[in-house]
Amino acid sequence: MWEYTEKVKELFLHPKNAGEIENPDAVGEVGSIVCGDALKLTLRIDRKTDRIIDAKFRTFGCASAIASSSALTELIKGKTVDEALRITNRDIADYLGSLPREKMHCSVMGMEALQAAIANYRGEKPPEAEEGKIVCECFGVTDEKIKRVIRENNLQTVEDVTNFTKAGGGCGSCIPEIEKILREVRGERVAAKPEMPRRKLTNIQKIAMIQEVMEREIRPLLQADGGDVELVDVEGNKVTVSLRGMCTGCLMADVTVKNIEKKLKELVSEELFVEAA
Amino acid sequence: MRVVYLDNNATTRVADEVREEMLPYLSELYGNPSSMHTFGGQVHRKIETAREQAAALINAEPEEIIFTSCGTESDNTAIMSCLASSPQKRHIVTTRVEHPAVLNFCKTMSRRGYSVTFLPVDRLGRLDLDELQSAITDDTAVVSVMYANNESGVIFPISEIAGIVKAKGVLFHTDAVQAAGKIPLDVKKIPVDMMSLSGHKIHAAKGVGALYIRRGTRFAPYIIGGHQEKGRRAGTENVASIAGFGRACELAREHLPVEGARIREMRDRLERGLHMTCPGARTNGDPANRLPNTLNISFEYVEGEAILLRLNEFNICASSGSACTSGSLEPSHVLRAMGVPFTAIHGSVRFSLSRYTTDGDIDLVLEKMPGIIKELRELSPYGREAGQAGVQSS
Repeated sequence: MWEYTEKVKELFLHPKNAGEIENPDAVGEVGSIVCGDALKLTLRIDRKTDRIIDAKFRTFGCASAIASSSALTELIKGKTVDEALRITNRDIADYLGSLPREKMHCSVMGMEALQAAIANYRGEKPPEAEEGKIVCECFGVTDEKIKRVIRENNLQTVEDVTNFTKAGGGCGSCIPEIEKILREVRGERVAAKPEMPRRKLTNIQKIAMIQEVMEREIRPLLQADGGDVELVDVEGNKVTVSLRGMCTGCLMADVTVKNIEKKLKELVSEELFVEAA
Repeated sequence: MRVVYLDNNATTRVADEVREEMLPYLSELYGNPSSMHTFGGQVHRKIETAREQAAALINAEPEEIIFTSCGTESDNTAIMSCLASSPQKRHIVTTRVEHPAVLNFCKTMSRRGYSVTFLPVDRLGRLDLDELQSAITDDTAVVSVMYANNESGVIFPISEIAGIVKAKGVLFHTDAVQAAGKIPLDVKKIPVDMMSLSGHKIHAAKGVGALYIRRGTRFAPYIIGGHQEKGRRAGTENVASIAGFGRACELAREHLPVEGARIREMRDRLERGLHMTCPGARTNGDPANRLPNTLNISFEYVEGEAILLRLNEFNICASSGSACTSGSLEPSHVLRAMGVPFTAIHGSVRFSLSRYTTDGDIDLVLEKMPGIIKELRELSPYGREAGQAGVQSS
């Protein structure tokens, strides 16, 4: 049972500003049903003054997601667009009294919906399309988002990053990468990895490197979750693998194969692609 | 306000008769059952009575029962013992839908060098017995398959499974924690080698479980120390809980023939009613092979934690397989293994009944649920079109 504040309970049971504005001046949509929460924010904005006259939300998610969405709409009503943009996920959490640590990602979702809506109002491309590469394949979280949330909330641990962004909360294969980002943002020097020589590999070298990366980097992660993978064949740049254990038939199998490909591209050769047998 | 408790697969209320049985051992009868004096000896006799009562629930012999601290300990002990009794064999067969007590134990063993086959289930949560058959190799030390699933309520054909496993000469363990007291269990008819039971799922106190070990089965203790339980489980006995557990087994056996049918009727009425009044509902799990007390039902496009907290406002207790309720970000491994779509996993609710459930309890859920689902769908950006006629965008 989560320890929710009275304010969270109140806004969950009797949400303010639920619904959707017809012909809105701005729409922000974030999240997805697969991830377990999603928010559609619609705004009425006075174009002359740039002031947010009305805000409504529709949210699929748990109590804290609904309460965070409702809190967001209360916070931004009456503010100008510029003022609203200064609202962070912490303001949403503060408005609610507090949120359980594991639920902080709900407040981050609120902030992102607002940013998306304002980008939409200004005719900019939505912020999630900003540069940055996907770190967490399970929940589609980019390194830029992770960095931003670490800075804004002064996060210290991978667990915190997961609580605030969900990154790392699925298969967990991106956790080493999150650790790296944490060290970077917190200003610690990341031990420079010896650059792989990007010369043309012979077939034997390539297979040996693939085998080594699989043994050292990939299998331990999968085994930690009761899964495993076997290298079946390497033909040109096509690497065929076979998932074993808990990975067999897992709904996340595609993601797992993608992650293996990412690792091999990073550590062996950009040209490799991976297929499941 | 009265509590409508429909979360009996999580834990159950301690029966009044059980509590009465326990109380003397929490006050005047505090002797150590291992002591030589009469004062301790009478406590020892009580444990032996409880052993007979627990054995009777599954038609075992009393000496085939050892008491443990919980179902998890029973599961861990059983698998560990099977591995220890054939140390040259390095393979375990289990399923993807086991309780964490088995699932995570097997994952740990796989990190210690065992290979583990996790058998998949189909959309109704059923195992493919041909696949089980072919998974067993000369290297297989143990097959562990639960009797009935705690989340979906699906009952596995344990008799057939045990037949297949024993024909291959491999040890077979079943986690019967959810099946006990809900369906008849008979180890004389089903050739299992070990079976786990738990007290608090059958109206005994928390902190007590049992492991059935078929006579003649090689056994290696998991908890090592004194000679209690004939050297099969060390540690001074949890006397009060064991005494209560014995009584709970007896009560379960008495109540099963009549209460089983009444519980099933209430469950079926709940299921029919919810399907009638809540659009976009789907039952998870094989309706033909399901515990009579369990209903796992998904309401598409709404989130389970939100449903539970709305139910909580009416003091209705249930549980959900949604990610938000688990404390992790991943939804139920059981429903995922069954291939339930994400739209439905997040909105899954498990109602589990007991002999204390009343028609009034079911009525209250049926009265409140349609409104809760309707309101949450109105809040959701998805699925308002999906069969929720008459709901307007506000």
